Amino acid sequence: MDIVIENMTKTYGRQKAVDNISLQVKTGEILGFLGPNGAGKTTTMKAITSFLIPDSGKIFIGNISVNDNPQEAKKNIGYLPENNPLYEDMPVIDYLQFCARIEGIAKDKINDKVREVIQTCGISREKHKKISELSKGYKQRVGLAQALIHDPEVLILDEPTTGLDPNQIIEIRELIKKIGKEKTVILSSHILAEVEATCDRIVIIKKGKIVADGTVEELRSQAQGNETLKVTIEDGGLDEIFKALQLLNTVELVDFVDKSTQTFQVKSKPGQSSRRDVFNLCVEKGWTLTQLTFIETRLEDIFYELTLDN
Amino acid sequence: MQAYFDSLMAYILLILFLGFSGFFTWIYGSDIFFVKQANLQVFFSIAYWTLFFFIPALTMRLLSEENRSGTIELLLTKPISEWQVIVAKFLAALLLIVAALALTTPYYITVSSLGNIDNGAVFSGYLALILVSGMYIAIGLFTSSITNNQIVAYLLALSIGIFFQIIFQMLSSNLTGIAGGVTDYLSINSHFESMTRGVIDSRDLIYFLSVIVLGLVFSESMLMKKRSV
Repeated sequence: MDIVIENMTKTYGRQKAVDNISLQVKTGEILGFLGPNGAGKTTTMKAITSFLIPDSGKIFIGNISVNDNPQEAKKNIGYLPENNPLYEDMPVIDYLQFCARIEGIAKDKINDKVREVIQTCGISREKHKKISELSKGYKQRVGLAQALIHDPEVLILDEPTTGLDPNQIIEIRELIKKIGKEKTVILSSHILAEVEATCDRIVIIKKGKIVADGTVEELRSQAQGNETLKVTIEDGGLDEIFKALQLLNTVELVDFVDKSTQTFQVKSKPGQSSRRDVFNLCVEKGWTLTQLTFIETRLEDIFYELTLDN
Repeated sequence: MQAYFDSLMAYILLILFLGFSGFFTWIYGSDIFFVKQANLQVFFSIAYWTLFFFIPALTMRLLSEENRSGTIELLLTKPISEWQVIVAKFLAALLLIVAALALTTPYYITVSSLGNIDNGAVFSGYLALILVSGMYIAIGLFTSSITNNQIVAYLLALSIGIFFQIIFQMLSSNLTGIAGGVTDYLSINSHFESMTRGVIDSRDLIYFLSVIVLGLVFSESMLMKKRSV
C-alpha cells in the first residue's frame, strides 16, 4: 500500500510544525525521514497514524483516506511511537495478546500471531517477563512486535533504534530490512548511518519543509558536484608537485592537506575526473604516487549543508 | 479492558472497601443492630460514602497514566475509537465495583436470616449503589482525562464529587424556588435515599444515567482535543 501525503500543514499555536508537505511512499520502499530536532518528523508520522489531525491537507493509505476513515486506515498501519510507550506492568505475552485483540484479530488466531511476532522479534526468552523488567533493547523489540502483530501493510517507526547498543541497532536494522521487503516503511531518525544502511530513499525535512528527497546516491551526487581526490605524491619537490597538479587540464583547485607527507586535496572540474591525469603526471615525472583516494561526500555533510540555518 | 484485575491496587481497594463498609455496618457506632429492622439501609449509606472516597482512587490513573506514559498514543492509533476506549475503561471500573458489591451478599444473607427483609428495597438499593458508582466513575474518568497527574485527577474527582454529595444538598436547603429545585435535583442524596427505600423513579434513573453519559462524553472530547491541538 502506498502512503500519499498531499499538502499537509500542521501548526502548534503560531509555529508551523509541518508546512505544506507532499510526499508519496511506494509499496516495498523503506523511506528514511531525516531532520534536525523539531523539524516536524514526529508530527508528520503522528498525522499519518491519525493520532494528530492536520490543519489542512490529505493523507491516504492505499485508497483509504486517513481523514475520512481513520478506523479503516489504522487497521493497515503498524506504529512504533517515539520513546516507545508500553504498558510496563504487563507481561510481554499478555501485552501482545491484548494488542492482538484490539487490532481485531480473530480469537482462534491470536495465539498463533503472538507466537509468530515473538519469533520474528526474538523475544521468546523474555515473553513471560514483565515489560518493566526488560532492557531497553528488548522493550524496543516488544514495541516492534506490537506494531507487527496484525501484519500491517504500512509500518511507521519513529526513531526505532534510539538508546540501543550497537549490536541491538544492527539486529533491529536487519529486522526492519527483512520486514520492509513487502511493506511500506517510514522510519525517522537523526542517526544518519542508520538511514543510510536501511533506507532505499531519504527525505530530509527542515522547519516543516522537505529540503531533499532521493536515494543516498542521488543526494550525494546532488550535493557533491565536483569530484574530490586525496593525493599523496613522493620523490618530488613540494612546490613542483603543487604547480604541476594545478596545471592539469581537469583540475580546478589544489590544496595542501599535509605538507610533511606531501598530501594534497585535488578538486576536479565539474563533470570531469582527474584521476588518470594525476597518475600519468606521476609516471611522466618519475614521482611515486602513494595515495589516491576518492573523497565521498558523507551523508553528514549533505545533512549539515541542507539543514544549517543561514 | 486493561488488565485491571491484575493490578494490586484493585485488590487493595477491594479489601479496603469491604473492610470499611463491614466495620461500620456491623461493629461501629449506630450499626445495623441499632436500627432494630431487618434492612440494609445502614450498609447502603455507609457504602455510599466509602464509594465516594474509593472510586476516585480507582479511576485516577485510568487516563492520566496513559497520558503521562504516552500509551494513549498507542491505544488511539489502534483501530479503535476514543469512545470505545472510554467506554471500555468505564465498564472495567464498573465491573470491579460490581464485584466488590457482589462480595457483600453475605451481609444480605445474614440480615435476611434475622428477620423479614424487603427484597425490593435491597435490589433497588444495590442498583442505586451501582448507579452512584457509575456516576463517580464517569466523573473520575473525566478528571483523569484532563491531567497526566494521578493525584490531581483524584482531588479533582473528589471535589466535583463533593458538589454532588454535599454542596448541592446544602444549597437546596437554603435556596427556594427554581434554584432550590435545581440544586435539589442535582444532589445525589435525594435520588439515592429514595432508591434505598425501594422506590425506583425514572427521574432518578435519568439523573444518574445523564451524569454518566455527560462524564463519558466530556472524557471523549478531552481525548479528541489532544489530537487536534
